Amino acid sequence: MGKWMDHLTEVLPEKQVMTELADRHSYSFDASFGEYMPEAVVQVKNKHEVASVLKLANEYKVPVYPRGSGTCLSGGPLPVHGGIVLDMSQWPEEIDVHADDLIVYVSPSVRTGDINQAAEAYGLMYAPDPSSAHVATIGGNLAENSGGPRGLKYGVTKDFVIGLEVVTPEGEIIKTGGQTIKNVTGFDLTKLIVGCEGTLGVITEATLKLMPKPPAVQTLMVSFDDVRVAGQAISKTLTSGILPSKMEFMDQPCIQAVENFRPAGLPVEAAAVVIIELDGRPEAINVEKELVENIMKEIGATRTTVPETGEEAERIWHARKQVSPAIAKIKPTKVSEDATVPRSKIPDMLDRLNEIKEKYDVEVVVFGHAGDGNLHPNVLCDKRDQEEMERVELAVEELFQAAIDLGGTLSGEHGIGTMKAPFMESELGEAGLDMMKRIKDSWDPNNILNPGKIFPEKGQKLVLRNE
Amino acid sequence: MNSLEHLQEKVNYDKIFDCVQCGYCLPACPTYETMERETHSPRGRINLVKMVAEGKASVEDLRDPIEKCLGCMACTTVCPTNVQYGQILEGAKEVIEEHDVKSMAQKKVEAFLFESFFPSSNWMGTLGNATWLYQKSGIQKFVQTTYLTALAPMRLGRFERVLPDLPSPFERAFRKRRVLPDYKLRTTVAFFTGCVMDGIFFKTNQHTVELLRLAGAEVLLPKEQTCCGALHSHSGKGLSAKELAMTNIEAFDLEDVDYIVNNAGGCGAKMTEYPHLFEQGTEWHERAKEFAAKVRDISEVLVELDGLTFTTPVPRTVTYQPSCHMTNVQRVSEPPRMLLNNIPGLKVKELNRPDFCCGSAGIYNLVNYDESMEILDLKMIDVIERKPNAIITTNPGCLLQMKLGVERHGLEGEMEAMHLVDLLMEAEPAAK
Repeated sequence: MGKWMDHLTEVLPEKQVMTELADRHSYSFDASFGEYMPEAVVQVKNKHEVASVLKLANEYKVPVYPRGSGTCLSGGPLPVHGGIVLDMSQWPEEIDVHADDLIVYVSPSVRTGDINQAAEAYGLMYAPDPSSAHVATIGGNLAENSGGPRGLKYGVTKDFVIGLEVVTPEGEIIKTGGQTIKNVTGFDLTKLIVGCEGTLGVITEATLKLMPKPPAVQTLMVSFDDVRVAGQAISKTLTSGILPSKMEFMDQPCIQAVENFRPAGLPVEAAAVVIIELDGRPEAINVEKELVENIMKEIGATRTTVPETGEEAERIWHARKQVSPAIAKIKPTKVSEDATVPRSKIPDMLDRLNEIKEKYDVEVVVFGHAGDGNLHPNVLCDKRDQEEMERVELAVEELFQAAIDLGGTLSGEHGIGTMKAPFMESELGEAGLDMMKRIKDSWDPNNILNPGKIFPEKGQKLVLRNE
Repeated sequence: MNSLEHLQEKVNYDKIFDCVQCGYCLPACPTYETMERETHSPRGRINLVKMVAEGKASVEDLRDPIEKCLGCMACTTVCPTNVQYGQILEGAKEVIEEHDVKSMAQKKVEAFLFESFFPSSNWMGTLGNATWLYQKSGIQKFVQTTYLTALAPMRLGRFERVLPDLPSPFERAFRKRRVLPDYKLRTTVAFFTGCVMDGIFFKTNQHTVELLRLAGAEVLLPKEQTCCGALHSHSGKGLSAKELAMTNIEAFDLEDVDYIVNNAGGCGAKMTEYPHLFEQGTEWHERAKEFAAKVRDISEVLVELDGLTFTTPVPRTVTYQPSCHMTNVQRVSEPPRMLLNNIPGLKVKELNRPDFCCGSAGIYNLVNYDESMEILDLKMIDVIERKPNAIITTNPGCLLQMKLGVERHGLEGEMEAMHLVDLLMEAEPAAK
């Protein structure tokens, strides 16, 4: 180890290389499960520094794990095989809006929410809105292909990237895509890099698409006394010529948890609520609002609340934001999943989740971006209770299988990382997974960049327990 | 109990599990911003406390990240899972105190403060009188020019230059211990004078009493009151803090007092936390709860009484630097702003980031001078952009720090730092 470490301090300013125990502990985790100690944490501030670190890593065969703000829910930045954590968060921030071209150039350390804010100054918006947008970096969002509530109407991170600057695993600086919306020159490497979870390259600059900011929004909150009806209401709305910007779902345990945590006036007797946001021109929204109200009445919703003021609407969305902290009060450990199914299968998925909950005697609450089938079943448990965690592992395995059986996918927006790697083959098949592995092997012959992610190791199983 | 179990109990190990490591605290943390590493962020600190409690790191590894925490509690306001960071931090500080691994800087400052000033029962006036003698005798000038007090690590000299002129010991000795309103009696309150406030900003304290009186309050100043204990708690001296709390709870155990009023955000915060110092179910815990329920900042009481009218316009442009502990621990943020908006002629310009700490943080600016100045400089950039002629504060530590900021940036001719109470007096308040 000594040799590469000495070499590191030669190619980078001393202050940017951390090796103290306290510092290494501080980069050993993210917002998911597990701690893994790196040998060094390196803060990079320009593409040449990234290139030097990767060249050195190839020379000495040391693994490198790119990391943004460490808000990842799937273990993307965890240094599972030791080596170097590449901290991108201290990179100088740059947001360069080119309003006439409807694009923005950003550096990887910029917080996603700040991009949208900068765009708003020009009457534009950056649509992807993961709930951690005020903390997470765009670099992390790109690597994980993050989603968010607005994904329903506008799509996810990958739909907004037209060009990247990337340092390859072997330390070469390349450009992918460009500055134009239409671009069919060669393979679409941009889309390959976005969502690669940091296994194929380190993103050092991105060119993102902006769009006009809708002038108005309207929120509606609909209550149901049957979860299945809530699921049907979502499909019915989307097949009636209306595309809301958000359709969020909360089941009864979530509603009750929020009301116990910080009362927000949610209907505690409801089996489920769906919170809808329409956006666009005010005249159009008014028409759509009435259509949605009629659909809900016809399908058998128990109540539709239409907030009159922006503040009332804000209160409803605030209640939705409180779900995460509120359910953490039920039990301290949250296993937060994002298995996603075709929209029409939401009622079936909800049934399957109920069966899993009973079968393994675990607490499961469900909320999420139901409009695009991206549910967030959360298993609530206590990681200090080994016996319970064993049941949780089995429940989560079955939950993944349920999503796949219904024609869905393991992960809608959090990424595969370490936890979901063991299930890759059951979704993609042996050959499908092997094609991905071949891409990885040719891009990164020494397996330097973020090893241990996406691809399962021999016999790897889901583990939520500490040994 | 083995030593790991003892450590776990001390650092409130069970509370650490409330942290889901989401990282939402990162943008709120001043030291994460200036020191540029997760080790100096709330999430990083909480994780390190956990590592120490699990035997994976030593208390020595914890020292620097914990000593460099401002304790501003901005993280607790943004935390989605309500982690009790204050209790984890104080637990960690006690462990560091117990293991005697404090840095020399920390030790020197603490020895100076806790051994020279705070233990003496009559220290409140003493501190002020000593400072007065020091200013009047000309020693101040001598000291300032010879760098005697600029010795590392305390750099007291930097702070002395910004001290206000103080009243003589006579004025202090003859202060009234009970005042009554001229007209209608609306309430009876007891005034907590605080030690730094009373020692260095005596006039502000007198103004506070006068404002309460004009607003219709009978004001009592219990003689037996003592330091709130905040600085002790924040230095890992929980036992001393507890003793001070008991003295105060006794001193303010008065019938017919509706509120215990203070004008120092940090003291107010500590006093609302007195119940944490005592075991649940004990008589002292109950008494501490009753005491804490009465604690109010002066701005809250003035807004509630609504008994003042301001007779003279104040043609100033000001900006407001809230006390972190007032915002994040007492959760009082609107009343001071409401009072500012009531002053005729006053222009108030909000800071871009009012909730970003000024870097004072109790004795932080003495112990960690360089780190504190980095934070202060960021604050001053924000202040200068507002172009105010006064920076309004609600806590003595912030007030001294902002005075230092003005001096440090050579802005003495352009702006001054003042306590909200003194600004209110400029508007010549009268009973409604």
